[in-house]
Amino acid sequence: MKVKYFAWVRERVGMAEETVEPPANVRTVEDLMAWLAKRGESYAHAFETPRVIRAAIDHAHVKSNAVIAGAREIAFFPPMTGG
Amino acid sequence: MTVNVTIRIQEADFDIAREISALTKGRTDIGAVVSFSGICRGSEGGAPIAALTLEHYPGMAEAEIARHADTAMSRWPLTGVSVIHRVGRITPGENIVLVLTASQHRQAAFQAAEFLMDYLKANAPFWKREESPSGTSWIEARHHDDDAAARWTKS
Repeated sequence: MKVKYFAWVRERVGMAEETVEPPANVRTVEDLMAWLAKRGESYAHAFETPRVIRAAIDHAHVKSNAVIAGAREIAFFPPMTGG
Repeated sequence: MTVNVTIRIQEADFDIAREISALTKGRTDIGAVVSFSGICRGSEGGAPIAALTLEHYPGMAEAEIARHADTAMSRWPLTGVSVIHRVGRITPGENIVLVLTASQHRQAAFQAAEFLMDYLKANAPFWKREESPSGTSWIEARHHDDDAAARWTKS
């Protein structure tokens, strides 16, 4: 599945997007953040406070307990400041 | 009643009068047009800023604004909705966002415009980075924007 990062999440991770293949036991958005955090220091820094990170699956906001199976694209970003 | 909906995300500035004209052209069922434009301030929290840069999530930003517009149209009898949101580098005094609502009578237009701005602020995937004499930093979201959006669900 494709993962996209925005704003300071992107800056900390060091890239705007990538393709990942998490194992089957990574079932929710929360699980995915924890799994990504283990990929390296930059990821750990990006996801160090998971409760401030927002997520979207296929262009719709989701909560951290949302199931990721079947998602084409998951995005992680800080709370929004548009408008 | 067909509703004229325009949603655009663009780097270029917008012309409010032209957008209002586009929304109302050819219609005789519009009695009220409400316009809100958000403008880049010259300071943030008392400190001067040189510019804002707006980042967005292409694809989701349009989809999310469209969802908000659909919700507004289902709650109020609108004849038109326009939302234009700029992205890229914006300097103090420049336009950032435009919300136009049109309806037969003013109550729907006023309420829908406020609803759309409250929801946009809370849910639309855009992020502002400010440039100031002390450096570049991401603006933090404010809880009162989430509260403003939440109050629309009570009625």
